[in-house]
Amino acid sequence: MSNEETVSGGLSRRAFLSSAGAAGVVSAIEGRIVMAQENGVKTASAVRTPEAGGGAGIVAVTLRVNGKEQKVRIDPRASLLDCLRESVGLTGTKKGCDHGQCGACTVHVNGRRVLSCLSLAMMHEGDEVTTIEGIGQPGNLHAVQAAFVAHDAYQCGYCTSGQIMSGVALLKEPCGPADADVKELMSGNICRCGAYPNIVAAIQQVRKGA
Amino acid sequence: MHTFEFVRANDPALAVAITSQAKTAQQGADMRFVAGGTTLLDLMKLNVEQPAKLVDVNGLPLDKIERTADGGLKIGATMRNADLAHHADVQRDYPVLSQAILQGASAQIRNMATTAGNLLQRTRCMFFRDTAMPCNKREPGSGCPAIGGGNRMLAILGTSEQCIASNPSDMNVAMAALEAVVHIRGAKGERDVAIGEFHVLPGNTPSRENVLEPGDLITHVTLPAAAKGSKSIYLKLRDRTSYEFALASAAVIVNVADGRFERVRIAMGGVGTKPWRMPEAEAALVGQAVGDEAVMRRAAEAGLKDARPQSENGFKVELAKRCLVYALKQATQNA
Repeated sequence: MSNEETVSGGLSRRAFLSSAGAAGVVSAIEGRIVMAQENGVKTASAVRTPEAGGGAGIVAVTLRVNGKEQKVRIDPRASLLDCLRESVGLTGTKKGCDHGQCGACTVHVNGRRVLSCLSLAMMHEGDEVTTIEGIGQPGNLHAVQAAFVAHDAYQCGYCTSGQIMSGVALLKEPCGPADADVKELMSGNICRCGAYPNIVAAIQQVRKGA
Repeated sequence: MHTFEFVRANDPALAVAITSQAKTAQQGADMRFVAGGTTLLDLMKLNVEQPAKLVDVNGLPLDKIERTADGGLKIGATMRNADLAHHADVQRDYPVLSQAILQGASAQIRNMATTAGNLLQRTRCMFFRDTAMPCNKREPGSGCPAIGGGNRMLAILGTSEQCIASNPSDMNVAMAALEAVVHIRGAKGERDVAIGEFHVLPGNTPSRENVLEPGDLITHVTLPAAAKGSKSIYLKLRDRTSYEFALASAAVIVNVADGRFERVRIAMGGVGTKPWRMPEAEAALVGQAVGDEAVMRRAAEAGLKDARPQSENGFKVELAKRCLVYALKQATQNA
């Protein structure tokens, strides 16, 4: 199974979208950086005294993502979610509501599931961050990933990486045996398509098989 | 989101010294502590919070839980809600606290949110969260559109002509029933504030939500020793079974002797502008026979006697009464 559909001439869908949108992406990022610097200068002259490690602009941060060190230069305001997607280039983690209400951005930090949208990337130096890319690959799926495939636990797939990251974390959390217990602990992951019964079935299959 | 300076504090004294320079610790604060970030980052993205400086307190040694000399519990300010709810001592001695936390938010948020952060959780009033709208809490004097509409989730107790925003926390309700004490380290030293005095009523200054002043750092919360032989429950009524704020909730702790209520502690959530302790309801029960529905109903009437419903939340008055009666029934079932 391949997770990247071929569009044409051996170009994957992800690669095609990336190259087609490259010009727009670059200018959007540059625009944001410029805006941040303007704000920084304005406030600095008004009230602030620069401090070591503080101030506006760009900060160098070293993250450990899926066991690999990642040196990135980010806007201090960047959420862990935006940093993972835009700076590290791991786009498996999805942005849904960006306000901690949908769970699409769920990743693991030091083995615990958290919402990457409600966390500043620079607060995670020294932490072990795990994304959907880090728990399994095509041909070597995590048991929860395989169960999601077997149970058709998705339709559009947008919430799926968040659902799977929650499901994987749930395996190590205190959770009763019933479907209702799984539903309760999965309630922070919203599925707009309503694949909930299949999601619960997939997770329960892994729990019972484990 | 506006730009900000970011400072990691590795020493409580430094955290206090830095934030002592802030203009206020209330709405509009120019400096904020950040730990889990689940409330603060959300509100910063909405521009409801615009701190010029963030002080990261995750490096402070405030994430522990330990027994106190008098048999109580000392809970660190940055201990994660999930760790607190699953702690063996909490589950055994203060099950109402564990239940309240586990009925709030989602597993991910409970892994991030902290004790002090939950104490300071902000209202979910949609006018407060939307900077395009007037809100006396966010912009003093701008008005309160919730009085007159869009108030289904909002408070019926402790409201004022200025503000009817409800306190959304579940943990706070259990803390109120358990008579927790909030320990604060500030510019002038350390002080302890009873949970009932920590949050303040909106009155004419709804932008002030608690007693915190610039430099004040919540270091921990203590719980008195659990009442021996007590039974407790946290009952939460809401639109969805999970991941939803309370329409009405009740934390009930009772001791029964010879078939009568001997000691009762009641606090309710979803109905008040702050976690709502109900001494009148407690007094109405002490000495009365358990299992008598009329007695429990009278207690609920006493607890809700000052309720002032708004245009869309009149149902909360009856819902809260039934919530309390049912919680009392559950707590005394096997007593």
